[in-house]
Amino acid sequence: MPIRTVYKAQVDHLQILDEDGKVDDKLWRGDILSDEQVVFAYDFMITCRQLDEIAFKLQRSGRMGTYPQNKGQEAAAIGSGMAAVKGRDFLCPCYRENAALFLHGMPMEYVLMNWMGDERGNKIPEGVNITPISIPIGTQMLHAAGIAWAYKLRKEDRCVITYFGDGATSEGDFHEAMNFATVQNVPCVFFCQNNQWAISVPREIQMNSETVAQKAFAYGAHAIQVDGNDLFAVYKATREAIDRARAGGGVTLIEAMTYRLADHTTADDARRYRDEAEVASWRGKDPMIRLRKYLEGKGLWDDARQAASEEKAKVLVAEVVKRAEGIEKPAVTDIFDYTFAELDPELELQKATMRTSSIGQEPSQVGLNSGERQHA
Amino acid sequence: MTATLDPPNPTTAHHLPEGTREIAFREALREAMSQEMRRDQRIFLMGEEVAQYNGAYKVSQGMLDEFGPKRIIDSPISENGFAGLAVGAAMYGLRPIIEFMSWSFSLVAADQLLNNVPKMLYMSGGQWGCPVTFRGNNGAGGQLGSTHSWTTEAIYSNIPGLKIAIPSCPADAKGLLTTAIRDDDPVFNLESERMLSDKGPVPEGEYTIPFGLAALRRGTWSGERDSDCTLVSFGRPVNFCIEAADELAKDGIVCDVLDMRTIRPLDIDSIIESLKRTNRIVVVDQCWPFASVASEVITQVCEKAFDYLDHQPLRVNTDDVPTPYAKNLEAEYLPHKGKIMAAVKTTLAGATA
Repeated sequence: MPIRTVYKAQVDHLQILDEDGKVDDKLWRGDILSDEQVVFAYDFMITCRQLDEIAFKLQRSGRMGTYPQNKGQEAAAIGSGMAAVKGRDFLCPCYRENAALFLHGMPMEYVLMNWMGDERGNKIPEGVNITPISIPIGTQMLHAAGIAWAYKLRKEDRCVITYFGDGATSEGDFHEAMNFATVQNVPCVFFCQNNQWAISVPREIQMNSETVAQKAFAYGAHAIQVDGNDLFAVYKATREAIDRARAGGGVTLIEAMTYRLADHTTADDARRYRDEAEVASWRGKDPMIRLRKYLEGKGLWDDARQAASEEKAKVLVAEVVKRAEGIEKPAVTDIFDYTFAELDPELELQKATMRTSSIGQEPSQVGLNSGERQHA
Repeated sequence: MTATLDPPNPTTAHHLPEGTREIAFREALREAMSQEMRRDQRIFLMGEEVAQYNGAYKVSQGMLDEFGPKRIIDSPISENGFAGLAVGAAMYGLRPIIEFMSWSFSLVAADQLLNNVPKMLYMSGGQWGCPVTFRGNNGAGGQLGSTHSWTTEAIYSNIPGLKIAIPSCPADAKGLLTTAIRDDDPVFNLESERMLSDKGPVPEGEYTIPFGLAALRRGTWSGERDSDCTLVSFGRPVNFCIEAADELAKDGIVCDVLDMRTIRPLDIDSIIESLKRTNRIVVVDQCWPFASVASEVITQVCEKAFDYLDHQPLRVNTDDVPTPYAKNLEAEYLPHKGKIMAAVKTTLAGATA
């Protein structure tokens, strides 16, 4: 018997808007996103970048705990976030797609509150389809598969999109989620922001596969790699993936090639392990530079609009910070709430006797309230 | 119509309602799941081998036929995967039942079980509940070797946000699992492979057993004299305590045997009520001794009822070693009648009738 090929695969890379702001007309028709939508996206990038810079400064001045900057990855978050339909589709994020969350209704101050150490920043407002920011690496991908599974069982025409980084694809969660989602054919899109670095570990040390996208083939999912700093490519690929998933056409793994222009978090210093030349080359690929060039080329943007937009962003972000810092501290008794759906008697007692050291101990038993102890 | 099996008084725990017949532990578990699935379309059962194969231990026998492949789902071999999937499904309003073939295998799902399941509600400020029932075999299964013989009580009961049920008989298996499925919080139901074929009286209809309510299996709180010693246990070792108590009774030593039924919440009030009558306590726990549930029970007894103790509290745990493989060693390693009887007699040494 001759040897025969039983499986062949290729990964396509999609770029529509290049670094110089030139658009590929064959791939991009004006009606995919209207001029207004593109202007909105760019304007929103300015706001999100401003929030990101201010969050960094808040941390440096001791007003915030740790913060992972999103800088440089705005096109990936906004393009995918615009492709998903607010209120219909569901987002299961990690922590570097703030812009997508805002687009889907997450108040900006919630993200700041979360990183300032206030759990209420994770209390998603009613009607907003987002799971809390996931700090454990990769666990949210399984939740996404589970939510998509619920959609399928309930025959609801919706889709879940889950975000994760290149490093998260080394976690078992990624493989388990991909396997489950594909074998059950649930409406789920896996969106990898490949920003080239998992904290200090570059892609070539993280994995031997040349692309993240090719991992899709192991699970029978669709695969595409896009220029993650290209709003149009991200939008188009995500939109197609969501539509296909909703139609029962299968799961897609999107690898958005982008770059973490800042440190992993404020607790990190990437200068110690990253080559400055590499960072500089990616600065030139900044999603905002090319989108501005595109808009200016079409006469949709100019310096005056830029200045106005930046000023608007400053005012808006200052208000957001004010709201985040101005919120009343949670009551100390909140420690006990939300552990169970209903406060159980043990916790109720602890809540009532917070100054005792032992679990559910009556104050009388440790001599706090009454002098004499009971004897048998 | 749903009945509650026991009124809130442990002394009446033996009473079972009309329509009671003898069935096996695994049938009781199945009956709880099936009855709940008939009344609530949001429930589905997922796990390894639960569908086509009817369950590795035949707990889900026939359920695929009745409920179909959309509600009885064979999962890939990926515990972390389906644990996490259940979290997502629960967040979106379904009520998953997840079967671990063994709780030993739940360890690979630690990030989901310890970092997501119990904390989702808390970290979202009360927004995203996680009403999932996780269930499966726990404890030494009979020469399965140390990696497959995990008793997970101590590990999981340390985590706030989890409820832990651990039935010792078929009637409780059904009632506790029903309560677990209806609960709005995540519940870990710890079953024992060694007990799946045990038969006992189980009521036919739906019923729940409230969490945090112990059952008095031996002894009485209304007799002429109080018992001599309180035996506290949960899960399979309750049966060893009953054996020990029956044996001790022949020598005139009477024990209260309290079956906790749930570890979280813990019915410490019933333990103290019994202790007040006996002034002696032995806690029997099939986990390792260090930082075990027995440690916790004894700590609380010392905190809350120190003055009632006439002898230091004792505990019978397993030996502090990995579970042995050899039959005779495993049998000696586990809490058993002999060890329990010896502990009870120790607490009574020097006592006058």
